[in-house]
Amino acid sequence: MKSSCDLAVHAAALTKTFGPTRALNGVDLSVPAGSVYGFLGPNGAGKTTTLRILATLLRPDAGAAQVLGHDVVREPDAVRARISLAGQFASVDEDLTGSENLRILGRLQGHRPRAARARAQELIEAFGLVDAADRPVKTYSGGMRRRLDLAGSLTAAPDLIFLDEPTTGLDPAGRTQVWAIVRALADQGTTILLTTQYLDEADQLAARIAVIDHGRVIAEGTPGQLRESVGSSTLHIRLTHPEQRPEAARTLERVFGLPVHLDANPAALSVSGRTPHQAATALADLCRDGTGVAGFSLGRPSLDEVFLALTAHSDSGQEHVA
Amino acid sequence: MTLAPPAQATPAPTSGPPAFTPGTRPVPPSPASAALTFAWRALLKIRRVPEQLSDVIAVPIIFTLLFTYLFGGALAGSPHRYLQFLLPGTLVMAVLLATMYTGVNLNTDLSKGVYDRFRTLPIWRPAPIVGALLGDTLRYLLASTLVIALGVALGYRPGGGVSGVLLAVALVVVFALALSWVFTLLGLVLRSSNAILSLAMVVLFPLTLASNTFVDPRTMPGWLRAVVEANPVTHLVTAARDAMAGTATLGQVGTVLLASAALVAVFAPLTMRAYRTRQ
Repeated sequence: MKSSCDLAVHAAALTKTFGPTRALNGVDLSVPAGSVYGFLGPNGAGKTTTLRILATLLRPDAGAAQVLGHDVVREPDAVRARISLAGQFASVDEDLTGSENLRILGRLQGHRPRAARARAQELIEAFGLVDAADRPVKTYSGGMRRRLDLAGSLTAAPDLIFLDEPTTGLDPAGRTQVWAIVRALADQGTTILLTTQYLDEADQLAARIAVIDHGRVIAEGTPGQLRESVGSSTLHIRLTHPEQRPEAARTLERVFGLPVHLDANPAALSVSGRTPHQAATALADLCRDGTGVAGFSLGRPSLDEVFLALTAHSDSGQEHVA
Repeated sequence: MTLAPPAQATPAPTSGPPAFTPGTRPVPPSPASAALTFAWRALLKIRRVPEQLSDVIAVPIIFTLLFTYLFGGALAGSPHRYLQFLLPGTLVMAVLLATMYTGVNLNTDLSKGVYDRFRTLPIWRPAPIVGALLGDTLRYLLASTLVIALGVALGYRPGGGVSGVLLAVALVVVFALALSWVFTLLGLVLRSSNAILSLAMVVLFPLTLASNTFVDPRTMPGWLRAVVEANPVTHLVTAARDAMAGTATLGQVGTVLLASAALVAVFAPLTMRAYRTRQ
């Protein structure tokens, strides 16, 4: 058990209701200091609401949260002095230039004019915004805007950065750039809590992931642990003749003892198992039955599959309660 | 022969990880420093988007010309004589009408998400609003200068001289800043800038028209006269008129400052409450 000193964020039983909507339904979260933590979930799951509570923008209806050892409701100023927020909707001033935006944020962190200017210049150079520094932000591309937004959160060496969906709406190149910045920050020892709806993003960046759905954390662990919670190996098969699929599905179900997933492609099916040995048995059985196998692959389940499996459980859980 | 060194180019963001230092964390700014930074931001925005001053420039010019020549002949025998009575009132009206843009600007700012970031900074809570009001002072001074310059060009002669005019402008700007808190509150609680503008008309037109700006209240029926004499704008116009004529009393100045203080005492806390609880 880690002591609260090693935790950048410790939240217990956070709830928040907006009118008739229960946005958070008892969120527990422990983010170790000095790592990238992924907060994964579909739209409307409660990611942004949780982040806004942790960043002192919202008060929880119930529950408590400590950020860097300070209570977010009772000591918001102590929290604010050490965190930064970069938003899903890039929170920069459109009418002002990139350089002006960074200088204003630097001054508001308490830098003297000269230091604010120097830090702005350093970030502009590091984030590839030199040519655009003196242009109004409304002329920036989506990727440039997001980089400026990230730069804005770095004017005063935060210990913890909240990144709300940092790559939503970016093209692949912009995404790669933002990822490089996140990794560079993590290398400097900054704790980063990032929300995302992209599983590969969480997989690429995060040391640990919490999966949130319907205002609750439904799973937590390293990406590897989350995969193993669903199944250690998944067999994907492509048949030569699609009409043989029902028969093949029966064989797989018998060997694995688990429901078989029928892909959208009529010749493809897949099943998750505990050991690769089951896959070998199943392939031998298919061969003996005369089912034409055009190709197969055996791999660890993707986080996509993990995510669908987890949120499916959580859906059925909700129905039982209702 | 040696190879030429590669040309110095800015590193493309795609080539390798970005190089930046963690930087330093300074002591959070004082309330005054934070508010002044927001005032500086407001001035930068005016410089980047000068169109936003068009109302502050057009309204004073139109009002001064229109009211002087529209009513002058009928109300005072000649536009020139009326101007002597009217100009301080025009000054008040032009500046007070400019206060509604405080609410509109704040509302637009809030909808852009940049305020979310400001609210996570270690700064004095009212700083963004106080700073915006400091920036608005410039707009009010600009409107005042236009009205007075145009008035003087048309033949207005302030008996109180430069010091009288400066006192009048100071009173009008102080009252306008106090009235601006009404609009910061509206800017926070209303959904759209259109809603603010329509409500502003409902508030500002009776407030500025049901006063002694255009005519002497002695010509009005008793009930209206009671309303007009209770209107703080009437006291402001009287004080500005007498200041510019060089006959202002301490009581008049005190009344304006008291009315301003009352507006701030009521609407500043309400504004800050709305700012804190806005989700």
